[in-house]
Amino acid sequence: MKEEIKKVIEETGFPIVQDEKSGAAQWVDMRELRLSYIISVENIKPFYEGLKEGKLLGTKCKKCGRLFFPPQKDCPSCFDSDIEWVELKNEGTLETMTVVFVRPPSFGMYDPYPVAIAKLDDGPKILAWYKGDPQQAKPGMRVKVQVCKRKEGYVMYEIAPA
Amino acid sequence: MSENVAVIGVGHSKFGTRKDVNIAELCWESMRPAFETANLEPKDIDFFVVSNAGMWSSEAAVPALIAEYADLAPKGSMRVEAACASGSAAIRIGYTAVKSGMADIVLVLGVEKMQESPNPNVIELIGRFGSYFWEFENFGLTFPAYYALHGTAYMMKYGATEEDYARVAVKNHYYGAKNPYAQFQREIDIETVMKSPYIAWPFKLFDCSPITDGSACAILASEEKVKELGIDEKIWILGQGVGTGTANLSRRESYTSLASATYAAEQAYKMAGIDMDDPTKYLDGANVHDCFTAPEIIAYEDLRFCKRGEGYKLIREEQTYIGGKIPVNIDGGLKAKGHPIGATGVSQAVEAYKQLLQKAEPGRQADINKGRWLAHNVGGTGHYTYVTIYGLEKR
Repeated sequence: MKEEIKKVIEETGFPIVQDEKSGAAQWVDMRELRLSYIISVENIKPFYEGLKEGKLLGTKCKKCGRLFFPPQKDCPSCFDSDIEWVELKNEGTLETMTVVFVRPPSFGMYDPYPVAIAKLDDGPKILAWYKGDPQQAKPGMRVKVQVCKRKEGYVMYEIAPA
Repeated sequence: MSENVAVIGVGHSKFGTRKDVNIAELCWESMRPAFETANLEPKDIDFFVVSNAGMWSSEAAVPALIAEYADLAPKGSMRVEAACASGSAAIRIGYTAVKSGMADIVLVLGVEKMQESPNPNVIELIGRFGSYFWEFENFGLTFPAYYALHGTAYMMKYGATEEDYARVAVKNHYYGAKNPYAQFQREIDIETVMKSPYIAWPFKLFDCSPITDGSACAILASEEKVKELGIDEKIWILGQGVGTGTANLSRRESYTSLASATYAAEQAYKMAGIDMDDPTKYLDGANVHDCFTAPEIIAYEDLRFCKRGEGYKLIREEQTYIGGKIPVNIDGGLKAKGHPIGATGVSQAVEAYKQLLQKAEPGRQADINKGRWLAHNVGGTGHYTYVTIYGLEKR
């Protein structure tokens, strides 16, 4: 509990404060919820194994040859789950980009980050952080996908000028 | 079965920072005028549907909350969520319920109380409206950033400028200033937009719709009920289309159009009997989903108000002001009126009612000659799009 609210409760008997702008009475919620999900990657484990070796993997339906990125284990075209993992060519062209100045609190430890979408030469598109000067970036320019290490210590992919 | 479905009553709360009311009170603020304009009471409602994205606000069981507050228990209800298009999803539920004959009178309520959470938390939560795992978890896309990827692509492809985007904000603030229900009731100029800090390049603070508390309410009725109750003031739902986009932006074909929007528009035009090669000939005006400035321009094109690549010229030439080719967002749009996520689609229906029945406030009433109004409501970044056509005469 914040010290401020503790003080308010001691003084007034309730966690009720005045809104700074309007002066309207506000009850300050005593129940705080922290959210962090546990997400299954059981069926895309090879993706992470590949990334660790510097490779970008997608999935391919053995029946119809459809390529998937992000990888998925089922092919809705042929109702088949017989897929193979294939290394995607890590080069392509830049499609679009932005620079995220106002970040979510959970990305507070990062400086403003450029985000790009690139079309890989193999066909699929990929969205990732862009390591390079966003002011020099133009749609259609050649880019590559490379592996990088995050501040949190884990391995991820990023887009950079080729 | 009802051949046609009418909107027979509407209500709108003041949009903005509403620290003065709780969620139920905010709901009642729009429900009461909706009941009054329809000349109905809570006991007359067969079914009600509440659009509310929630997460940032404390109460999750909003239908039950208002059943209690507004004497709607034990009538059937449902809460629907389609991100920022939740309000139109609720209208669709109400529309199909009446059309199928399952209900004669349905109350549709959209509500959002976003400011029960601090702004940084809202920015965090709203950024998760795409592919959480592939685009948020590792790359921290925010809601402005998702659309900025489109804004950049559009500028690069067609030569539009950040000033063109600013013009959308200027227009929507111009009309917001004339709307007593709007969050921002003041005019701005291009410099105000251009000098504001970057949120997600190319969008600056004044390119972005705000975080808003608000509610809007519409009461729908069957053709039979309209006759039975002798209702004069109503508008009809002439058609509605809905489309869905991929979760990952990386799975999209284009960043200068929303595929779900073109799909939904085609359905809605077909259903309403509108020539999709020249829809502005059939429409007195439109509300489009201007959560940011660039998407309003992209909407002009997805809705075929102009050719591909010419949307920015419409705003440059002020063709979407009253008196132009087609007035757009003359209630201030999401940009100036505010964007309480779950309420926005219902607020657009309220605006269609007010415009078509010529009840809009001075200075922001469009000329009504064709008797049709369009509402374009997008959830996420084209993850869902609803296009609804309202009209004075039934089909």
